Amino acid sequence: MQSKMKESDPILEVDNLSASTDNLPILKGVSLTVYPGEIHAIMGRNGCGKSTLSKIIAGHPSYNITNGDIKFLGENINSLEPEERSQSGIFLGFQYPIEIPGVSNLEFLRVSTNARRKFLNKEELDTFDFEELVKEKLEIVKMDHAFLSRSVNQGFSGGEKKRNEILQMALLEPKIAILDETDSGLDIDALRIVASGIKKISNAQTGIILITHYQRLLDEIKPDYVHVMSDGQIIKTGESDLALELEEKGYEWTDNFIKET
Amino acid sequence: MVNENLVKDVVKEPYKYGFVTDIETEKIEKGLNEDIIKLISQKKEEPKFLLDFRLKAFKKWQKMKEPDWAALGYKNIDYQDIIYYSAPKQKEKISSLDEVDPKLLETFDKLGIPLTEQKKLTNVAVDAVFDSVSIATTFREELAEHGVIFCSISEAVKNHADLIEKYLGTVVPANDNYFAALNSAVFSDGSFVYIPKGVTCPMDLSSYFRINSGDSGQFERTLIIAEESSSVSYLEGCTAPMFDTNTLHAAVVELVALDDASIKYSTVQNWYAGDEEGIGGIFNFVTKRGKCLGKRSKISWSQVETGSAITWKYPSCLLLGEESVGEFYSVALTNNLQQADTGTKMIHIGPKTKSTIVSKGISAGNSKNSYRGLVKMGTKATGSRNYSQCDSMLIGDQASANTFPYIKSQQPNSEIEHEASTCRISEDQLFYLQSRGIEFEEAVSMMVSGFCRDVFNQLPMEFAAEADKLLALKLEGSVG
Repeated sequence: MQSKMKESDPILEVDNLSASTDNLPILKGVSLTVYPGEIHAIMGRNGCGKSTLSKIIAGHPSYNITNGDIKFLGENINSLEPEERSQSGIFLGFQYPIEIPGVSNLEFLRVSTNARRKFLNKEELDTFDFEELVKEKLEIVKMDHAFLSRSVNQGFSGGEKKRNEILQMALLEPKIAILDETDSGLDIDALRIVASGIKKISNAQTGIILITHYQRLLDEIKPDYVHVMSDGQIIKTGESDLALELEEKGYEWTDNFIKET
Repeated sequence: MVNENLVKDVVKEPYKYGFVTDIETEKIEKGLNEDIIKLISQKKEEPKFLLDFRLKAFKKWQKMKEPDWAALGYKNIDYQDIIYYSAPKQKEKISSLDEVDPKLLETFDKLGIPLTEQKKLTNVAVDAVFDSVSIATTFREELAEHGVIFCSISEAVKNHADLIEKYLGTVVPANDNYFAALNSAVFSDGSFVYIPKGVTCPMDLSSYFRINSGDSGQFERTLIIAEESSSVSYLEGCTAPMFDTNTLHAAVVELVALDDASIKYSTVQNWYAGDEEGIGGIFNFVTKRGKCLGKRSKISWSQVETGSAITWKYPSCLLLGEESVGEFYSVALTNNLQQADTGTKMIHIGPKTKSTIVSKGISAGNSKNSYRGLVKMGTKATGSRNYSQCDSMLIGDQASANTFPYIKSQQPNSEIEHEASTCRISEDQLFYLQSRGIEFEEAVSMMVSGFCRDVFNQLPMEFAAEADKLLALKLEGSVG
């Protein structure tokens, strides 16, 4: 795969990654390389390891890497803390964003944004300057200012939670964003808002991995590559038409594939 | 799980106030009997009514039994092995701060409570109590201009005996409970506040209690009276050195609010909590109660309890006046082998009375944290309402949290609402914050602060910042 000549260095290289939780193997040798400007989609049945892959890249402590490497901008990040990964530019959009009672969304966003800015040697923003920045970013996801004064994700509808994730992505300006089923639970209008938000935030320097079950997100954001995962492995990689074929034939069609290495 | 252990590491924090001031003190002999009580009363040159009050309380105390209903376990207290009066040696009569032993001023400086004219806090008047006596009270003249009396209770006994005689023991009777009876017999000092009719106290008032001796108990007594249409915000802070023995602290606080008066009483309690093995620490047995005597009067308790080996404390409100309001906002954090049994009593007596209880318990380490509360609607409390919310947060898997709500209603035309929850800082919540670049320690303290938000919002501004910092400190440590 990806035999085309690339002009720049990859953002993310996942090399033969195996991982387990509670001694149960989940990933069994996943390899994936993302170059600047690329959009990758990962599809597959529930339980195939898609979400696990995204969590491991973000540094979730419940999983052990048993083999292989994750490189970000050429550096091995296997042992970095989740906060270090975030600060350096890895963003995970959660499938189920977590509620944090009592912690104001605005303050959370500000602390988070400042952690990233500090890493980038940018000036940290005080409450007033941050207000200005966040106002501008709220536009991208068409969120109301009132969301900021609520507790993080608490009492948010499914769609509001997902938009809040994209708002965080807009503020953190990551080098790579892994969006885990950001489209699930969204109605058509919300899906369009989220999709156009993602497109506005990404550019020729950033990489995106979309984890999804459905073609409808990929109609909005056309991927350069589509990977199909099954039982902890990527069993097929193709271009955007692979997703269409998958939509038509279902995952049963992929059961016959042998792993392409 | 990795993070569980990390959380445990994070809640370790050395106690910053554990130093002892080396100062010559005047102590009386150990033990408790009528002669000791007479001696204390004599040292304080008290009028006869007060000595009688003490002796009566002592007689009652002797017939009482130490309560054992709290969810607390501790070794028996030997009441004859305690010194009941200990005071730094000073000149007989001190007319100004210049005559106060510099070591004492230095002690309060170190605690962040500077007392001297040049350094004193600009917007808070402070009464500083060291062991059994009050050392100094700032801003007295300024307050006097508004008719506000703020002094040690010993001075009030001398200069305002009528008020003391009228109100002392009217909210917490001498025989109210074992520890209140003990305090009534031997109390040595504390603060006295009187806000005259129609006056809004021009600044926050504050008492700072410092225990210095290891073998003396501290038995302070505070009395606050708010006359009609007056209001005051009062803050209380406390610390003690680290000793490997337990020190007994049994205080009584009485508040009286008349028609349309309001008293806000806030505490940040940071007595020495003992070490990680549970050696040493203060035994904190406190009776705090407010009487909403007048119509539309309001008493609001807020407390942040982080210290003491044992906390036994139930700041309460007696809601007598029609439409009077009682509030209790509490954060109690326990760690290691600390035990806290704390809560409130809201006794609705008058009609259309209202009370709110918000309690947040955080237990870490092997600690035990219980909320115990009583809401009572009397026969005349028609149209009265109570709302209670009791939340517990567990950190680690060795800590425990209990909630004991008691509800008694004799009034069908009243409303009582109770909500309770228990939560744990989940790995998913931590990961979420961390995956947004927020350091582990900050993530934990953000979530704990968030959990306490409803209570912190009730604290006076500067206190809220201090409380937030104190919790963060308690939760800060060596991560990883």
